[in-house]
Amino acid sequence: MIGKGIKRKLIQLASFGFCNSHINGFAEGKIYDGKLKTLCCPGMNCYSCPAATLSCPVGAMQAVAGSRKFNFSFYVVGILLAFGVMFGRAICGYICPFGLIQELFAKIPLRKFHLPKWLTYLKYVLLAVFVVLLPVVMPLFSSASGGVGDPAFCKYICPVGTLEGSIPLMSSHEELRSVAGSLFILKASILVITIIACIFIHRFFCKALCPLGAIYGLLNKISFLRLKIDTKKCTSCGTCSHVCPMDVNPLKYPDSAECIRCGRCVDKCPEKAIHIGIKHTDRSS
Amino acid sequence: MDKDKKKIITAYGLLLISLFCMLYGIVRGEPDTVLRKAIHICLECIGIG
Ligand code: SF4
Repeated sequence: MIGKGIKRKLIQLASFGFCNSHINGFAEGKIYDGKLKTLCCPGMNCYSCPAATLSCPVGAMQAVAGSRKFNFSFYVVGILLAFGVMFGRAICGYICPFGLIQELFAKIPLRKFHLPKWLTYLKYVLLAVFVVLLPVVMPLFSSASGGVGDPAFCKYICPVGTLEGSIPLMSSHEELRSVAGSLFILKASILVITIIACIFIHRFFCKALCPLGAIYGLLNKISFLRLKIDTKKCTSCGTCSHVCPMDVNPLKYPDSAECIRCGRCVDKCPEKAIHIGIKHTDRSS
Repeated sequence: MDKDKKKIITAYGLLLISLFCMLYGIVRGEPDTVLRKAIHICLECIGIG
């Protein structure tokens, strides 16, 4: 029988492949410009990656909010809310292309560390300030903007855009390389820090920086897909919290905003007391 | 009402709201704005905008 871990990896690979199937974009140095990009990938995947076939929801949210016509994106928020209510942070664990990339960095066999708890709150600040507030507020203070707000998270922080967009596009476009300045240095530094952190801290970006992780984390508490603990079987041995890559104690906090429903605790529980499923269909729990 | 039932009702309520949000966004033309941004290289994303 295929274990949960392998099944999850296969789903991650399929999602990665689907969201990035415009492979010849790398050879051509061009991004995909088809209608499919009207849709948002539920995970982090930069739409300026030459292979990307879907839009990044964080970029799309800021683009709509910062546009002259609108200052809030009902469309993108609706998409994220629907995914979040159904699956919560399982989107991070199974669907997000950048989640898979981070897990590959964590495969480098070096000692792993825990992230201080307070740093996990940083992603909520980034969501509120850089994704929601600044794209709308900035044009009010700058007449040069022509009423259009910058996507502040993409511009000043997002290491996903630097990795998936800047690197491939700059390697094939001399004109882009020639205009790269201090902003690029800032973003490249954030990318380097993120990669190093991902080697030593499992899913550092998800834990500390990801605005999508913040949204789905808030919805983890009520999402249909949840962790179920069979308290009759559980012996409180502590194996689950010991193996959890997200530093969650599933026994105490099964609905934790950090749990990505990866299923590692489910696999490792010696009493088979943890399950992942649609909570309300289980009448016995 | 137990806690679980409240959560389920909240989830269904939010799912309904999410559908209305999506529809409202589509009706007022947000997907075009998304597409316009997504099919051009985003200079901010790549760090030169
Ligand atoms: S609590 Fe279990 S399912 Fe959730 S992240 Fe930790 S190991 Fe994965």
